[in-house]
Amino acid sequence: MTVKKTLFEKLWEAHVVDSVNEKTDIIYIDRHFIHEVTSPVAFLGIENRGVGVFRPNQTVATPDHNVPTKDQHLPIQEALSRNQVETLTANCEKHGVSLYGLGHPFHGVVHIVGPELGLTLPGTTIVCGDSHTSTHGAFGSIAFGIGTSQVESVFATQCLLLAKPKTMKIEVNGTLDKGVTAKDIILYIISKISSSGGTGYFVEYTGSAITSLSMEERMTICNMSIEMGARGGMIAPDQTTFDYINGREFAPKGEKWEEAVAHWKTLKSDEGASFDKELVFDASDIAPMVTYGTNPGMGVGVDSNVPTLDQIDADTKPTFQKSLNYMGFEQGEKLIGKQVNWVFLGSCTNGRIEDLRQFAGFVKGKKKADNVNALLVPGSKQVEKQAKAEGIDKILAEAGFELREPGCSSCLAMNEDKVPAGEYCVSTSNRNFEGRQGPGARTILASPLTAAAVAVSGKIVDVRDMLD
Amino acid sequence: MDKFTTLVSRAIPLPIEDVDTDQIIPARFLKATKREGFGDNLFRDWRYNNDGSPKADFPLNDARFSGQILIGGKNFGSGSSREHAGWAIYDYGLRVVVSSFFADIFKGNCLNLGILPIQVSEEFLQTIFKAIEEDNETEFRVDLEAQEFEIVKTGEKVSFDIDPYKKNNLINGYDDIDYIRSISDKIEAYEKNATRFYV
Ligand code: SF4
Repeated sequence: MTVKKTLFEKLWEAHVVDSVNEKTDIIYIDRHFIHEVTSPVAFLGIENRGVGVFRPNQTVATPDHNVPTKDQHLPIQEALSRNQVETLTANCEKHGVSLYGLGHPFHGVVHIVGPELGLTLPGTTIVCGDSHTSTHGAFGSIAFGIGTSQVESVFATQCLLLAKPKTMKIEVNGTLDKGVTAKDIILYIISKISSSGGTGYFVEYTGSAITSLSMEERMTICNMSIEMGARGGMIAPDQTTFDYINGREFAPKGEKWEEAVAHWKTLKSDEGASFDKELVFDASDIAPMVTYGTNPGMGVGVDSNVPTLDQIDADTKPTFQKSLNYMGFEQGEKLIGKQVNWVFLGSCTNGRIEDLRQFAGFVKGKKKADNVNALLVPGSKQVEKQAKAEGIDKILAEAGFELREPGCSSCLAMNEDKVPAGEYCVSTSNRNFEGRQGPGARTILASPLTAAAVAVSGKIVDVRDMLD
Repeated sequence: MDKFTTLVSRAIPLPIEDVDTDQIIPARFLKATKREGFGDNLFRDWRYNNDGSPKADFPLNDARFSGQILIGGKNFGSGSSREHAGWAIYDYGLRVVVSSFFADIFKGNCLNLGILPIQVSEEFLQTIFKAIEEDNETEFRVDLEAQEFEIVKTGEKVSFDIDPYKKNNLINGYDDIDYIRSISDKIEAYEKNATRFYV
């Protein structure tokens, strides 16, 4: 009898170059994405060792964290940001790495750029010095974030020395209520298993509520795998995956395409393969989600209240109270109706064209609430171009919104796009940590649809009440 | 990488759970292009007021506490993969972080930088916090070879897990890259045999 294997195990084994001991392997990395923040010290590292980038043609760079989202044709104002971006440019030139810099038609947030250019392919190993590399797992690849020492390792050897993670299956079945989206699925899962519930695991998402999602929605799900502590998340490739990749800039073409698809069709977990942990959820239990605390696990259905202290485990009470103090919420408080002055649409979680379409579709014919400052940031130059081609920028402008230029922006506020201290921001990004969107800023994570409803209402609302 | 074998030191207690990497080193300090100097901004927003004055009640500013060991609450180092968090801890002068649970990437980064993450039971973590509360000068002994962590005064000892390969690296001051480069023939052989549609 042959041993039944999970997709993760199959791909891992296909990439083992050597084994160090039973737990630790040397894994070959197919694709390496880099950005300006986590690469400079790694470049210094290989230079100190006297080596170059081992496989520059498998490495792709784009600056995203630091870049302004206005006037990108002008030099970056902030000196430290400019220096990091210029350092990336210089390092890429020196080491022969492709760079999609500011103004390049392929520029954007690294996890948006990879998939839309067809650089992200099923069955591959993909890393980046950035935890949301898990996004690329949506294509049935092993994709995960690494530290700068590991970036240096991939530069120098195209390999990483890694302990094999445990596997977890998360199955979501059934259909979603209207107004409930992929973002709500993942916020719901994290709220159920906590921000550390996936630590040590690599997740595979399955079930009818997952396989019925578009590629962009699948990316939203896999993107946030890291927010439950998991190393990464993946979804087995299927026709939806192949259709998305077909014809993209760097996707295999012609005969190679046929060959690739034939191979990719074999990439799935064997029937009956065992996972170290298995969880099952029902999509119909999920409401539009919002977070009330300072980690992504602190989420509830928008129509529920903030939990009360007696609903919280004894050992997490101090964290819970500290979070509520930071957020300015009371235990048991109702969230609907809370005034919100900031809305952020964008990031590698929700900065793709479908997210913009959804937001624009909702606000069309409505007006931005007067109290709301909205930052709407496309994830890439290509997304921006597509949005303009579809007239999304006009719809937004008529409703009182403005579309900015691509970058990470207010997701982590390394550029000028900061939310002021004490203000609430309903954000489509992935982290509500203290100070993430600016010192003292209070982040409420939600879907693009909820963000759109908040943007026109000026307060927290249940988007389901506003849909026909 | 610096070698690590044994350490006897006092410890700084940080009894907060879910300490994430944005607290260890806020994102606005990630604009450097060199590895040095991050220690000054370790826990920046918890450590300093907006005007730059130190917050007296934060453990790193509390004169009662010192040492090369940081004792953190459960789920330490969650959040981003940024190694800057480890650089900040290292640059500040800390060599060991103890918690009852570590975020994966953070733990891996520590081992790559020469910081030893020691995972103990929640119960023992509380014993450590109590030992410091009762006597802030209490010392701890870390023995990597024996994989032991001890409260010197009471002799209470626990053993901790570490990947044998990583242990060897720390003891000898080697890193992964030295090792992987030594098997470059295997890497090239892999490239020849693997099914790859992107090249
Ligand atoms: S959009 Fe946010 S989460 Fe994504 S890569 Fe940029 S900073 Fe990281």
